[in-house]
Amino acid sequence: MSPVLRVSGLTKSFIVHAQGDLALPVLRDVALAISPGECVALVGPSGAGKSTLLRCLYGNYRVDSGSIQIHHGSARVELAGAEPRVTLDIRRRTLGFVSQFLRVIPRVPAVDIVAEPAIRLGAAEAEARRRAEFLLGMLGIPPRLWSLPPATFSGGEQQRVNIARSLIVDYPILLLDEPTASLDAANCNGVVELIRQRRDAGAAIVGIFHDTAVRDAVSTRILDVVPPRFPPGAPVGVQP
Amino acid sequence: MPDVSIQDEAYNYAYLDEQTKRMIRRAILKAVAVPGYQVPFGGREMPLPYGWGTGGIQVTAAIIGRDDTLKVIDQGADDTTNAVSIRRFFAKVADVATTTRTEDATIIQTRHRVPETPLSEGQILVFQVPIPEPLRMLEPRETETRTLHALSEYGVMQVSLYESIARHGRIAKTYNYPVLVNGRYIMSPSPIPKFDNPKLDRNPALQLYGAGREKRIYAVPPYTPVKSLDFDDHPFEIETWKESCSLCGSSESFLDEMIVDDSGKRLFLCSDTDWCQDRQEKQRVDAAK
Amino acid sequence: MTDTPLLLVRDVTKRFGGRIACCDVSFDLWPGEVLGIVGESGSGKTTLLNCLAGRMTPDGGSVAYDSASSGLVDVHPLSEARRRLLTRTEWGFVNQDAREGLRMGVSAGANIGERLMAIGARHYGEIRQTATDWLGRVEIELDRLDDRPTAFSGGMRQRLQIARNLVSQPRLVFMDEPTGGLDVSVQARILDLLRGLVANLNLSAVLVTHDLGVARLLTHRLMVMQGGRVVEAGLTDQVLDDPQHAYTQMLVASILPV
Repeated sequence: MSPVLRVSGLTKSFIVHAQGDLALPVLRDVALAISPGECVALVGPSGAGKSTLLRCLYGNYRVDSGSIQIHHGSARVELAGAEPRVTLDIRRRTLGFVSQFLRVIPRVPAVDIVAEPAIRLGAAEAEARRRAEFLLGMLGIPPRLWSLPPATFSGGEQQRVNIARSLIVDYPILLLDEPTASLDAANCNGVVELIRQRRDAGAAIVGIFHDTAVRDAVSTRILDVVPPRFPPGAPVGVQP
Repeated sequence: MPDVSIQDEAYNYAYLDEQTKRMIRRAILKAVAVPGYQVPFGGREMPLPYGWGTGGIQVTAAIIGRDDTLKVIDQGADDTTNAVSIRRFFAKVADVATTTRTEDATIIQTRHRVPETPLSEGQILVFQVPIPEPLRMLEPRETETRTLHALSEYGVMQVSLYESIARHGRIAKTYNYPVLVNGRYIMSPSPIPKFDNPKLDRNPALQLYGAGREKRIYAVPPYTPVKSLDFDDHPFEIETWKESCSLCGSSESFLDEMIVDDSGKRLFLCSDTDWCQDRQEKQRVDAAK
Repeated sequence: MTDTPLLLVRDVTKRFGGRIACCDVSFDLWPGEVLGIVGESGSGKTTLLNCLAGRMTPDGGSVAYDSASSGLVDVHPLSEARRRLLTRTEWGFVNQDAREGLRMGVSAGANIGERLMAIGARHYGEIRQTATDWLGRVEIELDRLDDRPTAFSGGMRQRLQIARNLVSQPRLVFMDEPTGGLDVSVQARILDLLRGLVANLNLSAVLVTHDLGVARLLTHRLMVMQGGRVVEAGLTDQVLDDPQHAYTQMLVASILPV
């Protein structure tokens, strides 16, 4: 199967203007290709740039150079430097992202937060709600919470609402940033099961999984992310 | 009434100087050419206060000639102070015949009424106007009201009618009821009762409106369509009375309500005194036969 | 995705005497997009908004709009009549101070109904029904229909102003600090309302705000202005999470954590 996500020469640094334009190189020359049904786990020490890479792949961080080609609809689209509306369209239909933290929207009930991406893609409201409730149920959110805004939920509950929101649409590419952090064992298993279902159904997944058991359960291969300064000048993105 | 007198030689004919009358006539011509549009003019100081008909008098002075016959009414009556004074003024400075009979007049200057007797071609009705701008109470800025007229942006006028229905269950405005002239300009018909609004529509007489304080002249040429604003489900309606005139028995004219004694006894009388007297006269003649 | 932007802005410049209020601003706004303009007071955001909305004539540059009625039109050379028609049919403008955008002397129903009457609606019952529907959509109790906005709270006035603008089903709405000066709880309600309306009506919007939280919640794209110039632009989360320009970094770093 041809890759649905192909990254080459990806370089990213942060310039901190408040500290005399201090340059912090994070990623250098990263290469990655991933096909449907694959789940790549990003591995590396804390601060190596795993999250940064994931955010670059989502278009959340801008890259200094390099290419992020995404199979979007029937075309191959360059995400690096793409127009905002192109990035938004890719996110709407192709690219799902689970971050560690839920961005709470005031006053909106959990079930509506989860259903929203599906409705935006044209699903009927009732149908989208049904799927949202199904996912929330699978992830162990008690029904009494479904109609409440998640602002007052626990960290684990918010995390699961977030996962449900990202899984309600069958994105061909999924980016997961610690999807099981702050979850107990039972809920963790539910998430793992959902991720494997997606992978086996043909989604291409890139993720950061701190929990080695989770990583072993879902990933098909490992990508080592090495901080660019240790050793200096060394390329990152070494193939397993 | 043989009110004819010799012209006072101390004043120019019809009080105003010839240049001023020309200026006013030009404004009138423009007003006639653009029905309902308020034409600014260089209003002069007149020998009576604003609010007493300075606009109407200037219009009358600009159009009057020795062979005219003038009638002046105030709230329908020929015999009120204001009407009598203005009639005498023109008898003195313009050497014209005056009358109280609507059908005999060539020029009728009026405050707050349109005569009940139908007007005919060749007659001119001159209205005294206090506030010529129909949008003034809704939009205080003159620059803005002019723009609204220029662009036919009349939503705000309709808003005021909406508001009236929302508040009172019907359009509560009973006088100075706004009209649309020739499908183009919204116009204040001056504070006539809305009872008179239908008479403005396609009237054979020329209607001239003069506002002295605001220095505006506007006109409705003969046979011009004049539509009273309304809603489809709240159509324009005129006042009706259960009573009829105590003097002539009319049930088709605009009636004034009067309290005639200390016990609060009410009487309804025609507001148009000429119309009322005419009917009483005919009834006497008929009775004598 | 469509291929025609709704609004094409090129090199818009506005000076007040020798002072530059906004300089060489260019962007395209696409259908369904919400663009945020952020920056501190005096950065030229509101002047730019007024130039875009045809309320102010720029000294240089152009604003073109793809109108539903007659295709692409150059906004500023338009006759006043056509521009005003555009602004009360296809556009909306939500002022920071609701009193500027409302008729305070007439009822809520009349405020909402005015645009309908301005484009020829003459059935009182239907106008009233539409006004009632919109009152409900902006979450104002229906029995307030005949009350004047003077009797409304700040948040209700702002919601009424939104209804008054949206009743003619505009395609493009300009908003100047729509939640400025309101309590946070009231803000949240309006933001939620706007979010829903923008999504459901497929509105495009240009939103001026100095509140980055509002920008994150409501906008797809951001332009960061400083001293009348756009110093950074891009996807909202890009600009806020990975700010490039020194000024943007300073703005983002200045947000108080809750």
